[in-house]
Amino acid sequence: MTIRHHLSDDLLVSYAAGSLAEGWSLAVATHLALCPECRKRLALAEDIGGELLDATETSEDVTSSWEAVRRRLAEPVVSEAPRATPGGRREGGLPEPLRSYLGGDIDTLRWRSLGRGAYQIRIPTADSETQVRLLRIPAGKPVPEHGHGGRELTLVLTGSFADGDDLFARGDIEDADASLTHQPIATPGEDCICLAVTDAPLRFRSWIVRAIQPILGI
Amino acid sequence: MRRPTESDATPSMAALLVAVGARRDVEAFEALFRHFAPRVKAYMARLAGDSHLAEELMQETMVAVWNKADRFDPAKGAASTWIFTIARNLRIDAFRRDNRPDFDPNDPAFVQDDVAPADEMFESQEVSAQLHLAMASLPEEQVALLKLAFFEDRSHSAIATSLNMPLGTVKSRLRLAFAKLRAALDRNGDAS
Ligand SMILES: [Zn+2]
Repeated sequence: MTIRHHLSDDLLVSYAAGSLAEGWSLAVATHLALCPECRKRLALAEDIGGELLDATETSEDVTSSWEAVRRRLAEPVVSEAPRATPGGRREGGLPEPLRSYLGGDIDTLRWRSLGRGAYQIRIPTADSETQVRLLRIPAGKPVPEHGHGGRELTLVLTGSFADGDDLFARGDIEDADASLTHQPIATPGEDCICLAVTDAPLRFRSWIVRAIQPILGI
Repeated sequence: MRRPTESDATPSMAALLVAVGARRDVEAFEALFRHFAPRVKAYMARLAGDSHLAEELMQETMVAVWNKADRFDPAKGAASTWIFTIARNLRIDAFRRDNRPDFDPNDPAFVQDDVAPADEMFESQEVSAQLHLAMASLPEEQVALLKLAFFEDRSHSAIATSLNMPLGTVKSRLRLAFAKLRAALDRNGDAS
């Protein structure tokens, strides 16, 4: 698997800093699971964080804090239970952390129709900034019309899509902003499943618009 | 700034952390504590303001460093990086209502690194010394921006607004800083 479309530096920096909202972070972390190259870049970003921490100027006397912490060193450690992971290599499945957000792998998903052969699953997160969904686009068909008016991250999990001259396959991430007019089309031969994260729609829209939004699609 | 290196008589922070992990060495931990505790507290205070909470979160972090020290791998990175990530995760738990999903290297669908990590502890500690030098040579405005990006829990667009700067400028400065640091490390990597 060769990944051609990677994470931007600004996403990596916010993810390393821990300031990136959950929805964007889900796309970033899932790309990282598939991309050793970006994990190296993440390591550099975290090294920068460590270096900045190390270089912080401070003259605080921590003697009393040390006395307090020293007394806690003998406390028994509540060790975290190791995460149970199914054994064996599995190529092509949904990687963590995405799989846990969906509660299962590709063959167990419960899709909702968007019409014209396209399906989606909404993925709830605790941030109010993003909207996260898994999309299934039928082979050879365009991604349903959508004006997102903000940033959009699209991470391919199965199949592929073309956007202009660019091809996006498993692991590739497309980072589009409002200024980009794009018309992704799923490659013939296989349905394309991708994770799509967008800026949340404006909240001041009327309830009726919100009510028909699912009918309009995405 | 004092920074222990291999050539110093004092042991490096990585060596101290290894001693804590391997032997529960309280003396080594105290040396680590005296260096990192004030820094971690300053990091927490960026969001906590209130110094009781900053103190509490600093102590949480340092106790976690003590408890998890055996999981620190000096071949994978600097002690400061490892402590930064522990502090960061505790700060997220304390201040954010959303989560920070992470990948899982034990997941069967995880794509492993294609090359085995090369020459271990020495190399990784070398890299951190080189990064230290490279950061010292960055323009002040880039360092200031990196500090905002890493220490404040703010999106880049919020940072751009507070600096009265277009978002594109913030992103391109970060990209520039990142590219310079990467280039400095690559150059040194090739030379050795
Ligand atoms: Zn990548």
